[in-house]
Amino acid sequence: MFVYLDNSATTKQYEEVNESILQMMKFDFGNPSSLHRLGINAEKAVKEARKNIAQSIGANNDEIFFTSCGTESDNMALFGVSEARKRRGNKIIVSEIEHPAVLEPCKKLDKMGFNIQYIGVDTKGFVNINALEEAIDDKTILVSVMHVNNEVGSIQSLDKIKELINNYNKKSGTEILFHTDAVQSYGKLPVQTSYADLITLSGHKIHGPKGIGVLYIKKGINIEPYIYGGMQERGMRSGTENVPAIAGIGKASEICCKSLKTRYNTMTNVKKYLLEGIKNEIPDIKVNSPYENCISSVLNISFLGVRGEVLLHTLENSDIYVSTGSACSSNKKANSHVLRAMGLSDKEIEGAVRFSFSEFNTIEEMDYVLHHLKKGVSQFRKLGSFR
Amino acid sequence: MEDRNTFIVRCGEVALKGLNKPYFERMLVERIKKVLKKFENTEVKRHEGLIFVRTPEDLNSEMVIKEISKVFGVASISPAVETVSDIDEIGNAAVEYMLDIINKRGIKTFKVNAKRADKNFPVKSPEIGRIIGAKVLKGCKVLKVDVHNPECMLFVDVRRDKSYIFEQKISGFGGLPLGTNGKGMVLLSGGIDSPVAAWMMAKRGMLIEAVHFHSYPYTSERAREKVVDLAKLVAGYCGNFKMHIVNLLPIQEMIVQNCPEEETTILVRRFMMKIAEKIALETDCGMLITGENLGQVASQTAEALIVTDESVKMPVMRPLIALDKVDIMDIAKNIGTFETSILPYEDCCTVFLPKHPTTKPKLAKILESEGKIDVDKLIEDAIAIKEVISIYPD
Repeated sequence: MFVYLDNSATTKQYEEVNESILQMMKFDFGNPSSLHRLGINAEKAVKEARKNIAQSIGANNDEIFFTSCGTESDNMALFGVSEARKRRGNKIIVSEIEHPAVLEPCKKLDKMGFNIQYIGVDTKGFVNINALEEAIDDKTILVSVMHVNNEVGSIQSLDKIKELINNYNKKSGTEILFHTDAVQSYGKLPVQTSYADLITLSGHKIHGPKGIGVLYIKKGINIEPYIYGGMQERGMRSGTENVPAIAGIGKASEICCKSLKTRYNTMTNVKKYLLEGIKNEIPDIKVNSPYENCISSVLNISFLGVRGEVLLHTLENSDIYVSTGSACSSNKKANSHVLRAMGLSDKEIEGAVRFSFSEFNTIEEMDYVLHHLKKGVSQFRKLGSFR
Repeated sequence: MEDRNTFIVRCGEVALKGLNKPYFERMLVERIKKVLKKFENTEVKRHEGLIFVRTPEDLNSEMVIKEISKVFGVASISPAVETVSDIDEIGNAAVEYMLDIINKRGIKTFKVNAKRADKNFPVKSPEIGRIIGAKVLKGCKVLKVDVHNPECMLFVDVRRDKSYIFEQKISGFGGLPLGTNGKGMVLLSGGIDSPVAAWMMAKRGMLIEAVHFHSYPYTSERAREKVVDLAKLVAGYCGNFKMHIVNLLPIQEMIVQNCPEEETTILVRRFMMKIAEKIALETDCGMLITGENLGQVASQTAEALIVTDESVKMPVMRPLIALDKVDIMDIAKNIGTFETSILPYEDCCTVFLPKHPTTKPKLAKILESEGKIDVDKLIEDAIAIKEVISIYPD
């Protein structure tokens, strides 16, 4: 049995998505900038996709900008805002558990002279709202907190954070912007323009293609582009549009958002089933994902006394695909910064495995996974106890 | 002039061989032919102690040089212009050749280095130099002669039928042609050392075959891909070879459960040697090759090497034994394996690594520990499920 439980890494494309991509590649292959009919057909496809994305989050079409991936959208938001607003202040506030697509640009911005403040999380992976409130000051130009964490699934209270910022702006006359990376939540939970001023989305986490991302920028906010050229995407992101991928993300968004609830319910059920099974049948585990306010697509568990990576390769032998909290080689430990920020011990991080679900997973699959998981854990624990 | 690119290939140590010289030269020509086989319409010929390679004009010379320079036994290569052996013709060709170089590099000074291999040629070497130099000065107004520090050294090699004009001598690695010195089984890990060890032995003319140990699922498929990539890089020099892939995990598990922890590494090393020897015997390899390096890690102290060495009867070649790590790294960088070697994937040596491995193992104690497990059976089982893959350079 083939069981794919790494949907937070990437997802399988919908058949309809494949078809619309193929259509653009085989027939409507024109350049949207060309004046002839072929160009216009391509432009129409881009327009249609833009409309689908905009509708899915309640935005206007001209607030949607296509990029090459979620990482580029995050970079565009951080560098674009800091460049455009460097005269107003130099402080940027982010959480410790952001994706590297946010943290690495922050490191660079730090070197460029910006003051980056990192906000910690509690043991369940929720951003410390009080610390965030205290951090906001007149120097602050941008706050970036992800909607759902990719490793443990904690859903951050964006409404509270947005309210905090709004209140501060009202009180102090500042114009602090709020960006959220909604790559993990989009297509599973409602994502709305009211959540933030800038929102990052990605194609391949919603059964769309890789190589396509979106940045929503609220009307009236000017950020500095950092790719210059033929003025595509209204000058915000030059470069010939990736038309097939844009058509693909448009189609994926349409399907995902139409059936949001039923799809999400499937994930909730399989996650619940697997979690109960693991809790009942495998001793010495630690559930790292929160029980409340956690997305149903992510389940992170530490199997104490086993190395996550070894478990991963064992499961892979049975055609089960998961991911781990640490990519380890004993010389160099590349432990998850998220689990570390949550205060997990090295042993707990080493044994962490992430299962991430999609609507295609079934209860039957979970039984199969449980069987092999149990076998693998006990086999390697036996060996581990000699060390 | 023909519309072909000509390359002069000089043999290194091969030239020193007495009566066997034709054999070594023939092997060298065969190897060059082999690496150039992927290009159409190339010609490799032995002539007057040199090897001449001629390729179609539109074939990128850099690529040809890169391939030839990987052939062991090649001392140096020069892309050359070929002309008939007539002093006027040579002069004209030299002027044309220098104009081209001025065009490309904007040089201002040169010097002629002329040699007359054909002693029947009517003009003597110093005189050739003067005549050609004068012609070039006349034909290329921007150039001046600088005998001490010329920007371009123009070599003129006058031979019986044809003469050659060139400026560069691109060094090869030297060594002896592949296949002139038996066959060895290299223990190839994913590290920096073992590919270098294989390369060094192959450089002395030895054909190689490889055995790789892994501990899946403790090691990943990526780690295995990395070793295959490394092997391919090595195959760029050593030709195609077979790699035997052996899962050590069952043996490691047995050792971990039955033997003292600090002896794990040395015991595993002995198993690797024994398995490699057994496969070597089945594949006509006369010796083992390892990347061991005195004192580098716990399993490579003098005492550990003595215990490891005792595990097999076959001679074990350790070409890196007395090199410093930095020197090994330099070779790895030079032959292009370094970048792949340092990719951070788990290999089977680091799995089950004891906290304090013994650095001074005693043979008697190690043998006693081995007595607790069924060594022969474990080796037999490991070999029974080994995989064999063919390695070709990319």
